[in-house]
Amino acid sequence: MSARTLFEKIWQAHEVLPETADTPAVIAVDLHLTHEVTSPQAFALLKSRGLRVRRPERTLATLDHAVPTDTAQVFGGAPIRLESAARQIGELERNAREYGFELLGLGDARRGIVHVIGPELGLTQPGMTIVCGDSHTSTHGAFGTFAFGIGSTEVAHVLATQCLLQRKPRTLAIAVDGVLAPGVGAKDLVLAIIGRIGVAGGARQAIEYRGATIRALSMEERMTVCNMSIEAGARAGMIAPDETTFAYLRGRPRAPAGEDFERAVERWRGLASDAGAVFDREVVFDAGSIEPMITYGTNPGMVMAIGGEIAAGDGGDAQALRYMGLEAGEKLLGRAVQVVFIGSCTNARLSDLRAAAAVLRGRQVAKGLRVLVVPGSQQVKRAAEAEGLDRVFVDAGAEWRESGCSMCVGINGDIARPGEYVVSTSNRNFEGRQGQGVRTLLASPVTAAAAAVTGRVTDPREFLD
Amino acid sequence: MEPVRLIRSRTVVLPEADIDTDQIFPARFLTTTSGGGFADMLFADWRFDAAGRPKPEFALNRPEAAGCEILVAGPNFGCGSSREHAPWALRDYGFRAVISTSIADIFFSNALKNGLVPVRVDAGSHAWLVANPGAEVEVDVAAGEVRLPGGRAAPFQIDPFVRQCLLNGVDELGYLLSRLPAIEAWESRRGRSPLPLEGTFTFKR
Repeated sequence: MSARTLFEKIWQAHEVLPETADTPAVIAVDLHLTHEVTSPQAFALLKSRGLRVRRPERTLATLDHAVPTDTAQVFGGAPIRLESAARQIGELERNAREYGFELLGLGDARRGIVHVIGPELGLTQPGMTIVCGDSHTSTHGAFGTFAFGIGSTEVAHVLATQCLLQRKPRTLAIAVDGVLAPGVGAKDLVLAIIGRIGVAGGARQAIEYRGATIRALSMEERMTVCNMSIEAGARAGMIAPDETTFAYLRGRPRAPAGEDFERAVERWRGLASDAGAVFDREVVFDAGSIEPMITYGTNPGMVMAIGGEIAAGDGGDAQALRYMGLEAGEKLLGRAVQVVFIGSCTNARLSDLRAAAAVLRGRQVAKGLRVLVVPGSQQVKRAAEAEGLDRVFVDAGAEWRESGCSMCVGINGDIARPGEYVVSTSNRNFEGRQGQGVRTLLASPVTAAAAAVTGRVTDPREFLD
Repeated sequence: MEPVRLIRSRTVVLPEADIDTDQIFPARFLTTTSGGGFADMLFADWRFDAAGRPKPEFALNRPEAAGCEILVAGPNFGCGSSREHAPWALRDYGFRAVISTSIADIFFSNALKNGLVPVRVDAGSHAWLVANPGAEVEVDVAAGEVRLPGGRAAPFQIDPFVRQCLLNGVDELGYLLSRLPAIEAWESRRGRSPLPLEGTFTFKR
C-alpha cells in the first residue's frame, strides 16, 4: 500500500461506503458529543420521523453553552436566571431519559465544556471519528482523531444512523520547527498560523500539524492549536499520536485499561503519517520568530505581535477597525481595557490556569477592571482548587466561576458592555461575540493575566520571572 | 424537502468578506428549542440599532430589498460557528440562494439541508454582482449556472449528489437511512477486523 497520511488512515478505516462521483462517502462516527444549544432541533427531527437513537452508547451529552457560571444557579441555590436556558437544559435532560444516552448534568462533577471533558474522561482516543454540533470539535484532533463540527440536522443524522455523508477534504500539512520563546505559547502559535494562512486558508482541508515544535507541545497545548483550526476555515486539525498522547490517556476513566491499553497503544502507533506520504499542500513555520500575539480586528486573522502597529489592510479591515474603535498605524500596547476573560475550550485547562495564576500570584487586578476566570470543566476547577489557584485569582480580585462556555460565546448572559475592550483567551473576536458592541482582543492566558494586572494591553514578557 | 430547480429574483448585496454566523444569527438568540421563526433575528445587530429601530442604510432595510430571494455576499460567507440557525434565519427571512466566491464548509452543508442554495461563482461574475445590487438574476440548479442580465452566465460547480437532492427534494437523512443495511454490514465486519480500536469503549452509567 502506498504511503498514507494520518487523515487518510482514519478516513479509510471509517469508510462504510466510499465516495463516488455521484455520491458522498458514508463515514462511521465513533463518538458523538452533544450539548443543550444545538441538539433540541435534532431531537425534534427524530421525533417527527419516529426514529430512535441508533447507538446511544456512542453519544455523550453535557451542558456547557447556555449554562450559568454562577455557583448558586448551577447547584440549585438559586433559580437559573435565564429562563430560556433553563428550558434548553430541561429539554436535554428529557431527551437523555427518553432516548437512553448518557448526560453529565448540571450538578455532575464531570460536567464541563464538551471539548474539555472528552479528552479529560479519556473518551477521545487516537484514530476515532468524533463529531459534535459545535465548530470547535476540531480540538479533539490533538489526539490523532478526525473530529469536526456539524449542524443540527447532521446531529440528527448521527443520532439516527451513527454515520454522516461526507466529501473527502484535501490535506494540508503545517510543519512547525524551532523553539517557542519564553512568554510565547500554543495560543500565540496558532494565532500566528491563522494570521499567515488566513481565516479561509484551511477551507475544505484537514490540517495535520507536525514538526519538532508540535511534538514538544503538551496535550493541552496541542488542543489549543487544533481547537482554532476552524478559525482558519479548516474541516479539521490533527496531530499524530505519540508518547505524549499515550501518557495523557493512560489511566483515564473511559480509556482502555491494563492489557487493552497496551494493545491500543500498539495500534495507535501505526496512525502517524507514513514517511513519504503526500499532502495536497504544505506550509512551513519557524516557531522561534513568533512573539506574543493579539488580535486587533473582528476575525482571528486580524492579528499581530503584541508590540506591533495595526496594519493599514483593505476595505474590510477599515470596517473592522471602526467597530473596534482603532486606527491603522496605532499600537495596542498600553490601551486601557475594561474586562479580562480567562476561559473557553481554547484556553481553560489546568495548564492555562496555572500560567495565568503565575502572573497574578501576589498581585492585584487593576482598579475598576472585571476579570472572569471560568475553568473548562468541573474537574479542572477542582484540580485548580487543590493546588490553590482559586485563592490566587480570588485574592487578586478576579471572579472564580463554575465551568461553561461563558463569555466566549455570551449565550448565558456572561457578556461585557457596549464599547468595552475585553482581553480574552477565547477563540473568536467577531462583532458582538461577547456582547453587543463589545470589542474582543484575543490573546494567550499569560497575556490576559498581564492585562488583568495593569488594566492595559501588556506584553506578558514583562512578568516573566 | 421541497424541490429547488430555478430561483429568479433581484439580489441584495452584502459585499463584506468573512461574514460569520454570529452576524447572521447573534448568539443571544441561541437559547431556543425551536427551528424556525427567526426572520426578525437575521443580521439583527446590523439591521437594528440599540433601541430596535431599523438602520436605514443597511442593505436589507432599503425598500428595494423587499422580496429579494438571492443574497450576494463577500468571500468566506458563513464562517465561524456551526449554528444551523444561520441558514434557518436566512430561509425564514425569504432568501433561497446565497452567491459568493467562497462559502464556509459547515454553513454550506447546513444550507443545503434547508433548501438554501449556496452558490460559488468566479471572481469576475461575483464582482459584477457586487457592483450591480438589485440585478434580476436566475440561479439554475439543473444547469449549474447563474444567469445575469444581458445574456451573461456564470457556471457554478455543484456536487452531483447535491444537485439531485435539490432537484428531487431528496432529504439526506432519508438517503442515509436507506443505507442502513450497508452500515450494519460494515459494523459487523469491523467487529472482527484487526483494528477495532474505536469500538472498545463503553459508557459506565
